[in-house]
Amino acid sequence: MRNLSARVRGAPDRLLRDVSLSVAPGEVRGLVGESGAGKSMIGKAVLGILPRAVEVLSGEILLEGTDLLRLAPADRRRRIGATCALIPQDPLTALNPSRRIGPQMTDRLIDILGWSRTKAQDRARDLLAEVQITDPDRVLRQYPHELSGGMRQRVLIAAAFAAEPKLIVADEPTTALDVTVQKEVLRLIAGMQARHGTALLFVTHDLGVVSKVCQSLTVLYGGLVVENTTLRDFFPAPAHPYARALLAATPKYTDPGSSLVPVPQAVLDGVQAQVVAADRGWRNG
Amino acid sequence: MADGRGQVRRRLGLRLWLSAGWLTLLLLAALLAPWISPKDPLAQDLFLARLPPFWMDGTEPGYWLGTDSLGRDVLSRILHGARVAMTVALVAGTLTCVIGAALGLLAGFLRGWVDMVISRLIDIWMAFPPVLFSILLIAVIGPGLGAIILAIVVIDWTRFARVVRAEAMAQGAMDYVASAQVAGRGRTGTMLVEVLPNVLPLIVVLLTLEMGIAVIVEAILSFVNLSISTDDPTWGGMIAEGRTSVHQAWWVLVFPLITLFLTVLSFSQLGEGLKDRFDPVLR
Amino acid sequence: MQLFRAVILRLLTTAVTLSGVAVIVFVVIRVVPGNPIAMMLPPGATDEDVARLTALYGLDKSIFRQFLIWAGGVLQGDFGTSITTRQPVLGLVLGRLPATLELSVMALVIATVIGGFAALTGTRLRGTRSEAAIDVANGMALSVPDFLWGLVLILLFGVLWPVFHISGRVTPSIDLPFTTNFYLIESLVRLRPDLWWDIVSHMLLPALALAIPLAAIIGQVLKQSLKETMHLDYVTLSRTKGYSETHVITREALPNAVLPALTLVGVQFTFLIGGTVIIERLFSYEGLGNMAIDAVINRDLPLIQGIVILFAVIFTGVNLIVDLAYAALNPRLRHG
Repeated sequence: MRNLSARVRGAPDRLLRDVSLSVAPGEVRGLVGESGAGKSMIGKAVLGILPRAVEVLSGEILLEGTDLLRLAPADRRRRIGATCALIPQDPLTALNPSRRIGPQMTDRLIDILGWSRTKAQDRARDLLAEVQITDPDRVLRQYPHELSGGMRQRVLIAAAFAAEPKLIVADEPTTALDVTVQKEVLRLIAGMQARHGTALLFVTHDLGVVSKVCQSLTVLYGGLVVENTTLRDFFPAPAHPYARALLAATPKYTDPGSSLVPVPQAVLDGVQAQVVAADRGWRNG
Repeated sequence: MADGRGQVRRRLGLRLWLSAGWLTLLLLAALLAPWISPKDPLAQDLFLARLPPFWMDGTEPGYWLGTDSLGRDVLSRILHGARVAMTVALVAGTLTCVIGAALGLLAGFLRGWVDMVISRLIDIWMAFPPVLFSILLIAVIGPGLGAIILAIVVIDWTRFARVVRAEAMAQGAMDYVASAQVAGRGRTGTMLVEVLPNVLPLIVVLLTLEMGIAVIVEAILSFVNLSISTDDPTWGGMIAEGRTSVHQAWWVLVFPLITLFLTVLSFSQLGEGLKDRFDPVLR
Repeated sequence: MQLFRAVILRLLTTAVTLSGVAVIVFVVIRVVPGNPIAMMLPPGATDEDVARLTALYGLDKSIFRQFLIWAGGVLQGDFGTSITTRQPVLGLVLGRLPATLELSVMALVIATVIGGFAALTGTRLRGTRSEAAIDVANGMALSVPDFLWGLVLILLFGVLWPVFHISGRVTPSIDLPFTTNFYLIESLVRLRPDLWWDIVSHMLLPALALAIPLAAIIGQVLKQSLKETMHLDYVTLSRTKGYSETHVITREALPNAVLPALTLVGVQFTFLIGGTVIIERLFSYEGLGNMAIDAVINRDLPLIQGIVILFAVIFTGVNLIVDLAYAALNPRLRHG
């Protein structure tokens, strides 16, 4: 993704300010920021599901060399369907309550990729087994309300990998879950990703989660990329003061008693000035 | 988003004003009918039967909208018909509203056996075909303005009772009612002082809609020839007469129909507009 | 066990409602002024004749006795004898019922198609001027009752552009070879497209008049329901799978949006059936409603009773069917 800018139609300010980031095959990139920083917006832009009110002003989204934004809407849709997938935030609302699990996992394989029904069903069965669901055949015949929240999240993870996508966007996949289930789901996503070699864009506000699953990360503030780095470089000492402050504000699992440090006002002022400067450049240019 | 909503509101405002304007006009017509009617609405003249409206050939001066098969002036009859329509709308609408809302409020707030009885009655009423019921009632009570009003009240009180009951129940479950009772207000006091004002906007909206319905019921009854006496001009009676001679003199049907259509539409748009005004979400 | 109790409770309240209707009709029509017996006899009949006939119809007993006799008959399937035609009420009423049923169901189908189409198009085009136009048309259709739509249709398609029939159920000169009164269905079964078209061109306008307000309600409720559904995550997920907006609306959102709309549409359908009374009158359509108005005008007490009870049975029946359909369509209730 290069120099992507977007705004609410007709609004004076941009939501995304020249965002550039990339995810290599097999890489897990964390996308971190406070709520409203635009991290979910980026995930939506990649998957072509930006709200109608949001327009892309400039930039390109490159997927294996093709700029998705240049494709005709129908082509873009199909291309994204065939090569990308989403692991949604809330497993309780992400499965259609009136359809059985099986069709919901295989519909993309059959309708978009043109697989045969049996092949798609076998695939779904294998994937369910891979996410440690004990009786895949039964689950495929069940309705979502018959499964627990954890089961549903596993189904959604398995479904995301069904078409062997090049890129998966995980939109805060653990936020809606119990802390105990969280770890398990994280391990599951990481394991699946490693086995399938998929590029994964992991959207989260939790640096603790990033430190467990990601190799690299991008920090956003106000739709502006403030840091683009690898995990190894980031964790001992982030380059940007805002990223440093954010890291300090993250509770540590190892030391739950440590007090939380809010992001200092001076740092916020500094990064806000950067946002304003970027906008000035944009308006003049 | 922002400007889109502004557009919606402006359009609502326009509809509200158009509706109110038409109804005011109608009310004036009803009040002044004897003075502004160009002709006597009851005067028959078979030599002037089925005159077409003014822009067509073969008209007589003064008969703007033509005449019916007995030679009576259509415009004068519409103006006089507005008297019956407006009386029914205002009186029947208000009476239905007061009685229905009172019963609904009682059922929703007092609960217990009062609610049991009223809810059962509503169920029974809902199982009646309303038009047939009203025709039956008029057959029993006999024709006349009072009979129509009574029939409308008897049939339509459930419209208010149902909605007000549900709303009063919802309001009654809220904390402010409990705190009013804790503060030592009696049940009736709480109902009138705390619950009623919160249900009132809803009642006003329903009342406006009910007035439109009352006009229609009157038209239907006079269409079936059970309304006032056959001589008095009513829109429904004109429509019935127009329906039979629709192939020979369409204007006898068209003009009262347009009047009735606009009136019913205005009452309901007025109600919808008021609903949007009262609805804090849309505001 | 819980389900069983719910069903029993439901049947009990239905029974109470129906008996309430019976009592009220019975009492109301006994107060009708005008002696139906005197109207039946030729002029010059003696008082003795009147008394004999009055006794024959049981009108000399107290209202309470009359009710017991009548209710006892009804429970055995005997609704009494019509005063004007001197035929059993049950036969008369059942003879007209098919006409009204066909008309109502046709109206329901038209309303569902138009309303469903409006809701889907409105959702597909949300945020555009077309959506606003659909909303305005919906509001109009909703505000004006079937009676007025009927008159408008008579003017448009009966007079200005006379393509459809505006009175009757079938062209009187046609000799119908039918054994049942379900003309529409029987013409299809017997593969008679000529008759079928004649019947449809008689039914279309009254059915449309009945359908317009219901279509508006279906359009409004379904669109609201769709709008709420479209925000849910599984709809978004389906978009990322590569499906078109139309597919997403019809396959993912629609099945879940239909359910909440269903209950309300059921209640509204009973209003539609109630509306057949005046619409049948307006279009001189030989159904139950038209017969009912004639019965009132002729003071045919047993016939009025029979028709009102039948309407009440249909109303409560429709509500029951809607509730069952709701349970059958909801996977949550169906399984476990």
